[in-house]
Amino acid sequence: MAGIGEYMINHHKECDEVFARAEEAAGAGDWPRAQTEFEAFAHQMDRHFEIEENLLFPALEEKSGHSGGPTQVMRMEHEQMRTVMHEMRSAMETKDAEQYLGLSETFLVLTQQHNFKEEGILYNMMDQVLADEAPALLAQAESIA
Amino acid sequence: MNQSGLKLEQAPPIAVPFQFFLVAPVFLLLVAAVLFASGADALTFRMSSATIAITHLYALGFMAMVMIGAMMQMLPVLQGSPVPQPRATALLTFVGVGLGTLALAGGFLLSQQWLLRAGTVALGAAFLVFIAAVLVCLARAPSRNHSVRAMGLAVASLLVTVVFGVMLAALYGWGVAPLNGSAHSLHPGWGLLGWSGLLVVGVGFELVPMLQLTPLYPKSVARYLGSAVLALLAAWSALLWIDDGRWGALAVACAVAIALAYVLFGVTTIVLQQRRRRRMADVTLDFWRVGMGSLIAASVAWGVRVMWNGPWPESMDLLIGMLMMFGFAGSVIAGMLYKIMPFLAWFHLQSMCALGKLAPNMKKILPDARQRLQFRSHVLALLLLCAAALWPRLFVYPAALALGAAAVLLEMNMITVVRAYRSNFRNMHAQPASTRQPVGIP
Repeated sequence: MAGIGEYMINHHKECDEVFARAEEAAGAGDWPRAQTEFEAFAHQMDRHFEIEENLLFPALEEKSGHSGGPTQVMRMEHEQMRTVMHEMRSAMETKDAEQYLGLSETFLVLTQQHNFKEEGILYNMMDQVLADEAPALLAQAESIA
Repeated sequence: MNQSGLKLEQAPPIAVPFQFFLVAPVFLLLVAAVLFASGADALTFRMSSATIAITHLYALGFMAMVMIGAMMQMLPVLQGSPVPQPRATALLTFVGVGLGTLALAGGFLLSQQWLLRAGTVALGAAFLVFIAAVLVCLARAPSRNHSVRAMGLAVASLLVTVVFGVMLAALYGWGVAPLNGSAHSLHPGWGLLGWSGLLVVGVGFELVPMLQLTPLYPKSVARYLGSAVLALLAAWSALLWIDDGRWGALAVACAVAIALAYVLFGVTTIVLQQRRRRRMADVTLDFWRVGMGSLIAASVAWGVRVMWNGPWPESMDLLIGMLMMFGFAGSVIAGMLYKIMPFLAWFHLQSMCALGKLAPNMKKILPDARQRLQFRSHVLALLLLCAAALWPRLFVYPAALALGAAAVLLEMNMITVVRAYRSNFRNMHAQPASTRQPVGIP
């Protein structure tokens, strides 16, 4: 079975994929398709945040004996991403392509630098610290739809 | 396990990278001015004083300034380890490189040895401070990825470049012949193929897939390309050193292999970008394409040049230099600035926003149309500079004017970002602090 890092990195890629589809549709002015793709994208993002914030971060904090620090910064960046996504949804509803594309550009850079830190540092920590719990945690993650 | 470097919010204040970025186009404008004033003389012999002055104004004032600023920002983010004393390190490096570059170029242009000497000392000291800071940062890093390793290789190459540069400066400034005749080849070789090339390679491995959502670079390329180039550079240098600067068959073979490695990087990058998931028009993507096209052209031409036995026109060397320094490095640098600067402005503003409130997005901070206009001026300048390398009398003035225009437009775009940051910053500080988010910087 894949480790936590591998599982989460693969999910980052899935999120990238639906993000790009939504952006492409919005850029083309195909709003019905953009709406559908955006909902798929928002769903994957919510699922990712939930796995991290409610499952993996608490497990890591408990095991390594301190909250705050890296997980705190990650949670804060999740909040920022949620705020940008909220505005993206508004732009979608008003069919404002320029606003949507400016927001999606911002979202992409914010998310990629965030993912880079998770993939370079945090997931490595999880793979080391949570090696024993990994199968149970990943089974729980799979059950989050 | 090393936990000391695991604070992820350790990037420097926004002023640290921005001071380097904002001064770079000023040096670019100086390059254009000196080119205009020198006319065709600057483009007839690459070892002339005017050409050396222009090359260093560009390589140090423009290229190195941006590269140092970007590294000061990115090292802590990419590897979770802070640059020690970021403000002091940045200030010493900034002032030393800035004034040192002016003195060095002035020394060449005005034939003033004391200026050359002052410039050499300032530059040497500034680079040593920067290199030491980066090495400390690398030693503490909890994260080891391809980019971090490539940055280490780039900085090691910078050190070699500085050492050979000081050797050559001893010749011009103090009349002391270099220890070895190879210094004339090794100084630009390590500067362009080591420090600049490896930094772009290292950053590209991570940022090209991230920004365009392309497939990842093949594992073997990402893993070995940087080290292979460094090993080849070292072998090439040793061979030239042993032969006191004369090119034997093995040195030629090493140089050709280095050229091929860069062709491989350029072609791989273009192919990956063709397969990008994100299909939106993007100025940074276009800058990268121009950059990779120039890199491939320069590498092929240089590979042919080192194998060539007959007489080789000086104009072709100048053309290779234009393609490598402005076409490749200049394009990638400008393209990256258009992502880094609006994002940093946004991120710092966002971290001061009230919860649930959003700072103006990146394209509000710097509109696409303005980036696109500057990109066009950049491409025009590149075409005219290449033409001027081949036909200096005909094209040197149009090239200098186009370069000046590209520099002014770049600076105006940067100022647009700073203005947007400042005006939003002021607005936010008009609201009570209790509603703001905790501050965390990427």
